[in-house]
Amino acid sequence: MSDAPLVRTADLGKVYHVGDVDVAALRGVDLQVAAGEFVAVVGPSGSGKSTLFHILGGLTSATSGQAVVAGHDLARMKEAERTLLRKTTVGFVFQRYNLLPTLTAGDNIAIARHIAGKARAADDGYRDVLEMLGVAHRLHHKPRALSGGEQQRIAIARAIVNHPALLLADEPTGNLDSENSTVVLNLMRDLNRRLGQTILMITHNPEAAAWAHRTIRMRDGRIVD
Amino acid sequence: MVNKLVFENLKHRPVRTLLSIVAIGLEVGLMLTMVGLSRGMLAESARRARGVGADIWVRAPGSAAISFSTAPMPEAMLPFFERQPHVALATGSVVHPIGGINTVSGIDLEKFGRMSGAFRYLAGGPFRGPHDILVDERYAAQRKISAGDTIQIMNRPWHVRGVVEPGKLARLVVPLRTLQNLTGTSGKLTQIFLKLDDPKRTEAVIAALKQQLPDYQIYSIEEFTSLFSVSNFEGLAEFITVVITLSVLVGFLVVFLSMYTAVLERTREIGILKSLGASSGYVLSLLLRETALLAVVGSLVGILLAYASRWAIGKLVPASLTQVIVPDWWLIAGLIALAGALLGALYPGWKAVRQDALEALSYE
Repeated sequence: MSDAPLVRTADLGKVYHVGDVDVAALRGVDLQVAAGEFVAVVGPSGSGKSTLFHILGGLTSATSGQAVVAGHDLARMKEAERTLLRKTTVGFVFQRYNLLPTLTAGDNIAIARHIAGKARAADDGYRDVLEMLGVAHRLHHKPRALSGGEQQRIAIARAIVNHPALLLADEPTGNLDSENSTVVLNLMRDLNRRLGQTILMITHNPEAAAWAHRTIRMRDGRIVD
Repeated sequence: MVNKLVFENLKHRPVRTLLSIVAIGLEVGLMLTMVGLSRGMLAESARRARGVGADIWVRAPGSAAISFSTAPMPEAMLPFFERQPHVALATGSVVHPIGGINTVSGIDLEKFGRMSGAFRYLAGGPFRGPHDILVDERYAAQRKISAGDTIQIMNRPWHVRGVVEPGKLARLVVPLRTLQNLTGTSGKLTQIFLKLDDPKRTEAVIAALKQQLPDYQIYSIEEFTSLFSVSNFEGLAEFITVVITLSVLVGFLVVFLSMYTAVLERTREIGILKSLGASSGYVLSLLLRETALLAVVGSLVGILLAYASRWAIGKLVPASLTQVIVPDWWLIAGLIALAGALLGALYPGWKAVRQDALEALSYE
């Protein structure tokens, strides 16, 4: 585990305009995540954890403060640069898996490589990751033919196939039963241990958070613990 | 990979894909049918003109080179023409419109037969009475007429004396005198045909005739048949343009609607692609490739539809309409359809590109 912070936020703020009302989703978040860490962010609904996830993933911009991921200052980024960040630096795992329904599991992974411009590049580790995730034999199936656990494992494979510096997981076990939740969390811990993958996981579930190295608690747009 | 996604997307919504292809196919098919009909009917008219067997056609001063009516030339000119050097035979016809683009021609059957090599009778035989009519095979097939039947034309009954092979002057032929009397053009002709003793002297004879009849329109058969082109028929080019424009508009609207709903349906998928780092160009290229594929397949369907319409026209209205296949228009019609389709995909594409990744991901 490296000591240099891979993720650093300082006084990070986000205000959403809902009609005529301004809603502060983040109210000055200071956070540091070192490379190689597995960090869980927990908090009730509306605590701002998803907003933090979206800002760090370059899906939306902050209103104030600073957010740096792998040396990229997100506050200064334009949309095209945020697109590049998503392509090269962060990988997403969503609660609802978000696989493309028209493609097979294998093609769902391949398209991430294609978007990153790595479709033809050799990657010896790719096969090992698929074996590790236990999905190598399910690549020719479309998402509708896969169980929730299998879909989430494919989603994890897609998220890490381009070796992102940061894996952002938003409630990755939210739609899974306890058995599949354990499998997915175990895999994420393996990815962290064996590949040194930095993971920031958002969850409601304290049991899921327990798999991480440390847990950050949020409430009302602030880190409280 | 992108092509695979495009193909899978189209396969995933078969009904929408099929409707888009059919709409573009109809657009292309309509264009090819219209152009094919114009050319086919002009070519058929030219073929029948050549079937007369004349070397030179003469039309009155001021008359349109190609027209369906009027008989402004005196029949007494025929002896004048026959006195000219190298003119072996002169005869003429009266043309009278009978509704739509159909006409009936009045001829001197004996002289016309000498000029054209005589009609080939598939049933019946030549005129025996003043109110006999000869119909060609296509007219007979379309109207289900046989030799011996009585048909109504120009508000009077005609006895179908013979069914002839098509390709000579007109589909309906009646005795010259009868038609002149019925149309009040006694002693007049619409056009005069000259047969020379040596076709190689055509240009020289035309030059000599033009000196004596400077206001008359005198054509070699090649010149005359070359007048059967779209540009020489007033309004035809504009008509084709209007039909093409309407068909492009239909294709544009269908593709627009199809791609618009596709973008709406795929909002979440577009969000997923964007979350993976897909650029605006990547997303736009997906939609444009999908549109292009629809346009290409639709164009192929359109070509098949043009063959189908030619077959249907040949079966149902062989006398009224003639359609030819126009391969030189395949690419043009395809490109027009492609341009219309891409135009139709532009706004949905722009909408997809502008979609916020976060909002798209949370789209239900």
